[in-house]
Parts: sequence; C-alpha cells; structure tokens
Amino acid sequence: MTTFPVERIRADFPILAEKIRNKPLVYLDNAASCQKPNAVIDSISEFYRHDYANIHRGVHTLSVRATDKYEAARDKVRGFINAANTKEIIFVRGATEAINLVAQTFGKANIKAGDEIVITAMEHHSNIVPWQMLCEETGAVLKVAPMNVQGELIYPKFEALLNTKTKLVAVVHMSNALGSINPVKQIIDTAHTKNIPVLLDGAQAIPHMPVDVQELDCDFYVFSGHKLYGPSGVGVMYGKQALLEAMPPYQGGGDMIRTVSFEKSTYAGLPHKFEAGTPAIAEVIGLGAAIDYLNEIGMAAIAEYEAKLLAYATDQAKQIKGLKIIGEAHEKGAILSFTLDHIHPHDIGTMLDSLGIAIRAGHHCAMPVMEFYGVPATARASFAMYNTKEEIDVLMQGITSLIEVFG
Amino acid sequence: MFEDLRDLYQEVIFDHNRNPRNFRVMDDADRKVEGFNPLCGDRLTLYLKMDGDKIIDASFQGSGCAISTASVSLMTEIIKDKTEAEAEALFKTFHDMTTGKDENIQLEAVGKLAVLAGVREYPARVKCATLAWHTLDAALKNQQQAVSTE
Ligand SMILES: Cc1ncc(COP(=O)(O)O)c(C=O)c1O
Repeated sequence: MTTFPVERIRADFPILAEKIRNKPLVYLDNAASCQKPNAVIDSISEFYRHDYANIHRGVHTLSVRATDKYEAARDKVRGFINAANTKEIIFVRGATEAINLVAQTFGKANIKAGDEIVITAMEHHSNIVPWQMLCEETGAVLKVAPMNVQGELIYPKFEALLNTKTKLVAVVHMSNALGSINPVKQIIDTAHTKNIPVLLDGAQAIPHMPVDVQELDCDFYVFSGHKLYGPSGVGVMYGKQALLEAMPPYQGGGDMIRTVSFEKSTYAGLPHKFEAGTPAIAEVIGLGAAIDYLNEIGMAAIAEYEAKLLAYATDQAKQIKGLKIIGEAHEKGAILSFTLDHIHPHDIGTMLDSLGIAIRAGHHCAMPVMEFYGVPATARASFAMYNTKEEIDVLMQGITSLIEVFG
Repeated sequence: MFEDLRDLYQEVIFDHNRNPRNFRVMDDADRKVEGFNPLCGDRLTLYLKMDGDKIIDASFQGSGCAISTASVSLMTEIIKDKTEAEAEALFKTFHDMTTGKDENIQLEAVGKLAVLAGVREYPARVKCATLAWHTLDAALKNQQQAVSTE
C-alpha cells in the first residue's frame, strides 16, 4: 500500500478532519454515500459565484457559460465510462430515477403481458420495485436468478431463466449489501446471444473499478453521482444510442421538445429528449469535477488499493470470535457486511458511532438479501479510496470492545 | 471505552437484553398483535391475557436490538395487572419521555421504564424503544393487523 497516495487524498477531503463525539471521524459508510473532495465543493461554489444561469435557454453570456460547463461535464462522464457518444449520457437524479426511467420508457414500449424480466437475488430495492411496478401495469413477470450462500450468482440457474419471453435482464454490477461483483461481461454475452438487452445497476461498482460500457457492451448502465465523490441529486443513465432513439420520452416539459403547439409537440433529439425541465446544473458540474479528480488518481489504482484494504479488513474480522461475514463472494468489492452473535446491528452502529466510526446498520435496501441469510439486518463497513489500514484497526478494536461490553 | 453511551445502555438494558422476561408464546392469549419496525427489521409478537379490562398476563416473541428487546421485556412486566386505561396512560407518558416531548416528566411516574429515557438523545433509536408500546396500543384497541412504526 506504499505507493497509493492515501494521505494526499485524505487531505483533499475536508470532512475527514472532523471530530465526531470528540473522536476523529472514521467514515466507513461509503456505500451509502461518499464524502466530497475540495475539487467538487469548490467547483460548485465557483460555479454559483461566477458562472450561474439556466442552461440551453439564453443568449446571454452566463447562460452560455453555464451551458458549456454542463455539457463539458456530460463529455467527462462519457469519457469516464468510455461511451461512444455524449448523446448516450442522460443526466437524472440518481440510479433510482435512471432505472425508473428505463422501466417507464423502454419497459412500457417493449414489455407486454407474459414477457419476462430477469433480475438477481441480490438486487437493491431500486432494481426490484420499478420492475414490479412495470409488471403490475403490463402483466409481465419478474424472474429472480438465485445466489449461493457466498453471495454469488448461480450462473447456470441464471442462464436457464433466459428464454424467448425474456425482454430484459437487469442486474447489479456490485451488490451494496454483500459486495459481490457479478460476472457482468459473461451475463451480457449470454443475454445477447438471445437478443436480450441488459441493464447494469452500477451504483456501487462505479466508484471502485474502471468501467467501460463499450467493452462490456451493456445496453444500459446507471449510477449516482453521490457515491462517486460527487454531489447528491445527480445521476447518470447511459443507454446505447439506437435504443434511446427508439424509446419514448420520459417526462414532458421544457428542454425536451423541438416544437410545441396545442395540437402536437415534437421532441428534441438525444440527450435532451430525456432531460425535461431545469436539471441539477451545479451538481452535474460537480460530478464532472469528481470525475476529473478520480481520473488524476486512476480507477485502476483505486481498485488495487481498495482490494488490499478489503483483504486486510476481512483477515482482521475473521480473528474476531462471534463475528460472521455476510457475503464472501470470490469477486468482491470493498464492502464488509457482518453480524455479531447476540448483538443487533443497530446496537453495533450506535456503539461504534460513539467512537467516531460511521458504519451502516440495517437491511441496506435489500430486504430479500436479509431474508436469504435469515437476519433482520447486518452491520456494514464500506471502504473508499481515502480509508486506511489504521482506520480498519480502529473499527476492529471498537468491535472487540463492544462485544466485551455486551458480555 | 463507551462512557458517552452510559445513559443509553444502562446495565438494566443489557440485563433485559441477555435475559428477556416473559419471552414466550402464549397459547391461550386473548390478544395477539405483531409489531414491525421496517427501518431496522425488528419484529415482535405481543400476547395479552385479559380479564375484563385488566391485563393479567403479557408475553412476547421476536428479535430486535438491545433497546427494543429491553423495552418490550420491561413493558410486559410493568403492564401486568394494569387496566387498559392505566396502560394507555403509561404509554403516553413513556412516549413523551422517549421523544423528549415533555422534559419535565417525573421519572418516578414510569418506574423502571426510566432506564429508557436516554433514547431521547438518540433520535435514530427512539422507534426501537417505542415499538413495543405501539404494538401494545394496537392490542388494546383490539386491532388485528400488524403495526409498523413507519
Ligand atoms: C446497488 C445500488 N443500486 C441503486 C442504488 C440507488 O441509488 P440512489 O439512492 O442514489 O438512487 C443504490 C444506493 O444505495 C445501490 O447501492
């Protein structure tokens, strides 16, 4: 871990210097949301101080500047996931809205009664409920590919679910509750041999690894800015151009039209067709700044560093008697979900908080995953590029002490 | 190490968490209601045996955090031999105490339940303490469907 500049990175995140309950903050709730570097915070305040106006509307200088910055951020996102064209990058509120958008547009246009949508047993609620709603509206059927107790997709069973009725596969790239990374390339290749499009929920994967949508050949890729060190309130829906062209618009309003009369309106071209109304302008620009910042560090270097952190945390956790790791997939991102014998995750969360350690305790918006493991909730420490081995030591010491206190 | 938490996690709470009282299924219960806290997944089933408007026995099953387990365990002890009206009044006092609505509550008024007063400093945990009581409230009103803290 010597070469990764973690101390320099930490210095770029002002909140990491905060004291929580008089202790140095140890922030391990990154899967819920990441902290923001100065580059992001400053880009937003600079924008409001010097360049703010609405976009795509005016001929005045500020509007042009704001539009340029907003569209420049779109190109940064395009480059970050290596999409072929900026027309394929649609700004939305987050991963949740992106999935709902696909369900309400692509879904309604292409999925009928009797058709099937395939998801996995480890999805976040946001990649379950929009499909259930679509199924209720259309009479389509939701199929769930099972996982094994390590938290890995059982591939043959997934494959067996694909048939001529399958109209979409929607899978999580990396699970937020377990850390499992799905074999998405294989999933996409298999689905494509049957002409089934694939949506990847990249909300968790995107901050932890390089993502190349052309190499993956996924049809849709969605993620949220706030888990990528960017602002909340902005997210991305990537879709292949041909699919997006064929999809009906999502919401109607300003910016998404070409002409409007009371008889009929015509819609704008991509990407504006899917961006009705004034978007989260400053947040989009902040997301662009987050991407610039990450590009300087390099996603491959981040992935390598975090893999070491996770390996260290896993080893340490295994030394603790009564601690059970939930999710031990062979391919796994920087998430450590666990339970302790006789101690409820909420008590773990409150106790660790008193030591300045922020973790998540709960069902992680993945109730079916909790049910699978027969637990009401888990405690989850999720790591980011600014976490250190020393912080993991503080966490493990905290866990050991609270086990003693509970007796 | 956990000095700051002494008000929240008092020894009585650990004790009830380790050895919950009245933790059993009641086969001849007159009332049986389920309580659910969707936020944390805590679930409990509360059983009451009534004699007219008097609670003559109370028990529970389920799993939850130390605060919610201690709260329901203490509650099943304290409501025994209380009338419905007395139990409802206690619920109101307890609720005001845990939500910090009434700072001047005489802790004697709630007896042993005073050990749960600490949750008012932890808004995220108030529902853990009140789940048992919301469930009791539903049972007293003779509602059949499960209660949820949301
Ligand atoms: C795997 C996964 N998908 C989707 C989401 C939803 O993201 P958001 O709440 O930002 O829309 C999350 C966030 O927790 C997630 O972890």
